[in-house]
Amino acid sequence: MIDVLYFAWVRERIGLPKERVETDAATVAELVEELKAREARYAAAFEDVSALRVALDQDLADFDASLRGVREVAFFPPMTGG
Amino acid sequence: MEIRLQQAPFLPGALLDAFTARLGGAGAVVSFTGIVRDEAGTLGAMEIEHYPGMTERALEQIGREAMARWTLADLLIVHRHGRLAPGEPIMMVATASSHRAAAFESAEFLMDYLKSRAPFWKKEIGADGAAWVAAKDADEDALGRWSSEP
Repeated sequence: MIDVLYFAWVRERIGLPKERVETDAATVAELVEELKAREARYAAAFEDVSALRVALDQDLADFDASLRGVREVAFFPPMTGG
Repeated sequence: MEIRLQQAPFLPGALLDAFTARLGGAGAVVSFTGIVRDEAGTLGAMEIEHYPGMTERALEQIGREAMARWTLADLLIVHRHGRLAPGEPIMMVATASSHRAAAFESAEFLMDYLKSRAPFWKKEIGADGAAWVAAKDADEDALGRWSSEP
């Protein structure tokens, strides 16, 4: 089981801030494919992953990164702090 | 190094006075305050979402990186989240050093990293709806200048 978090418009498009996901995905990209296959709202949110960022256990990562040992995955748009 | 992540408003002048007072004789202090623009009266409010946990870690990492790159007496990062009105301070940074170059450069470094590497997302609430603020390529490009050691 893995915690999956969504922020900003990704959260709005999917319609929830956080969920627990049962997955065998080895990488972030595989997890994205699993999520997209679920429902249209996921497919819409992940339509263009180049517009998204991912963090693994609260550190920025790449979409080809391994999920081995990861407890928390977060998807969000590019950050706009400052 | 002092890092504050808060919903509550803050007074930049008061924080800067307190920061300066505890330095002793550092010689140079640079500060930057970001304020919610009113966008010619069209903006009702700004909502800032963040990633609790990662935000604190990212601010700490950015602050530590600045302390490692420059010889600084101290630095301050304040960033708000939640709903803000036009004219309210969003965030501020202050850096203190013996000479101004390190203070200016490290303040710019902090700003560049806060823009693109701290997990905050801004949403503008206007009279005719709400829209997420898009990240600017220029902000991402600005990080490039820090890729080599100063």
